[in-house]
Amino acid sequence: MLELENISYEVKKGGSKTKVLDSISLKIETGSFVVITGPNGSGKSTLAQILMGIKAPTEGEIILDEKNITKSSITERAKNGMTFSFQQPVKFKGIYVYDLLNISSGELISEDEAKKYLKKVGLKPEEYLLREVNGKLSGGELKRIEIASVLARKGKILIFDEPEAGIDLWSFENLVRIFKNLKSEKKTTIIISHQERILKIADEIIILENGKIKSKNTPEKILPEILNKKEAKT
Amino acid sequence: MNLTEEEKQIFCEVADTKKDGVFEIPEGAYNFRVNGKAVSRNSTDNINIKTKKSNSGLEIYVKENTKNEQVHIPVAISTTGIKETVYNDFYIGENAEITIIAGCGIYNCGPTDSVHDGIHRFFVGKNAKITYIEKHYGFGQGRGGKILNPTTELHLDKGSEAELIMEQIKGVDSTIRKTTATLEKNAKLIVKERLMTHGRQTAESIYCVELNGEDSTTTIASRSVAQDLSKQTFRSKIIGNNKCRGHSECDAIIMDEAKVSAIPSLDANCVDAELIHEAAIGKIAGEQIIKLMTLGLTRQEAESRVINGFLR
Repeated sequence: MLELENISYEVKKGGSKTKVLDSISLKIETGSFVVITGPNGSGKSTLAQILMGIKAPTEGEIILDEKNITKSSITERAKNGMTFSFQQPVKFKGIYVYDLLNISSGELISEDEAKKYLKKVGLKPEEYLLREVNGKLSGGELKRIEIASVLARKGKILIFDEPEAGIDLWSFENLVRIFKNLKSEKKTTIIISHQERILKIADEIIILENGKIKSKNTPEKILPEILNKKEAKT
Repeated sequence: MNLTEEEKQIFCEVADTKKDGVFEIPEGAYNFRVNGKAVSRNSTDNINIKTKKSNSGLEIYVKENTKNEQVHIPVAISTTGIKETVYNDFYIGENAEITIIAGCGIYNCGPTDSVHDGIHRFFVGKNAKITYIEKHYGFGQGRGGKILNPTTELHLDKGSEAELIMEQIKGVDSTIRKTTATLEKNAKLIVKERLMTHGRQTAESIYCVELNGEDSTTTIASRSVAQDLSKQTFRSKIIGNNKCRGHSECDAIIMDEAKVSAIPSLDANCVDAELIHEAAIGKIAGEQIIKLMTLGLTRQEAESRVINGFLR
């Protein structure tokens, strides 16, 4: 189980401090599929980065399977089975897709195995395996490679920060299928998302607003509230 | 050929002579030079290696239409205090297609500088193609410097092509690398330079390419990493004297307290000359390190992975 106890995160803005996250407490059961949503600027991505150790909380503690990991480095968390998909995929010079999948796997994998991950995210493996993970790839291609790298990691806790961003409709179908599979495999999955179809897969939806948990519940109970708001806006 | 372990290590590093982890004499034409003397040489039916009469060095003649052959001409210096200037001239016949593996390594565990100045001139015949691979490497804990100054001069005849792959792997204390080229009609020059400096090393790369012939093209792509207190300077000049295309690109990662200068310049002397230069210097992007750490690498492993990829 992953537990967050009173997690706060402050940033300095022009001499004063702003709370991006304010006393977030959560329990994420092993094997559950949780989607965190909320308006822009509500602190969703910051929370995801704090979970992975990319940002350190100003206050609070993170407990993974009864072990305090608040001060654990990104590497230590990765070695403990946590993995992270970036909203903006990172580009490299001289690192090929196959290299990235090998690094993700933590061992030298066969080309056939690497191709399987690319196929899962809807890329033609033979066209991408030996391409550099650089700016010559489109945003959507990079995003799918990013997700493939997370899948190749075979982690026990998967965190995705807006996986749908930059992905076209056809690839989105694939993405939904991937998430449904992760859910059926009982992988602990935490997704930052605004997409109704991803929200619907969740065991639990958490709504963040102004750095606080506004509400959390099952999709059946919480989705009508979110969708009504959307309709009222339109 | 009797070689010390250090000399074998040099040849394995700079001349790709390692097979199954052990030094092996390559197939084809070769000339191995150790501490100022040729220690082993082989010519083939198509590639003739001769000692120069005028000064120290070689004349290498490649017959026209020679295909898929290699010439190895590596140099090792393993005695402290050797200072040499070597002049090697390559005459590549029309339509030939060959690979030349040069490179020099210095092992210096003594108090005096060891210096190798290699001056290579290439006369590439019509429609011939060469791939030239030059690696430089230094090691040894002596106070004496490991200094390598290569000069490469190319004359590319009509329709000929040259690809230069020039790498300074590590351990070279000081280098001034000069490359000049003149290109005739439809000739093509590609340069891939990879450079790594550390400690207090200095490296200067100077390129001057004259695109004289119609539709001649060049791409000069330099990637370098400067660590510790090292200093690097990259100067490139492309001169377009005809309808031609030239592209120079210098990309450097700067680390620690290193210093890097990039000074590209373009001279267009024809309205149809299309010349571009790009230069970028920056530290390793933080997000690259973080991404690799999320995949289980330590910060150091991630940094090393980014650098190795960059210099690939």
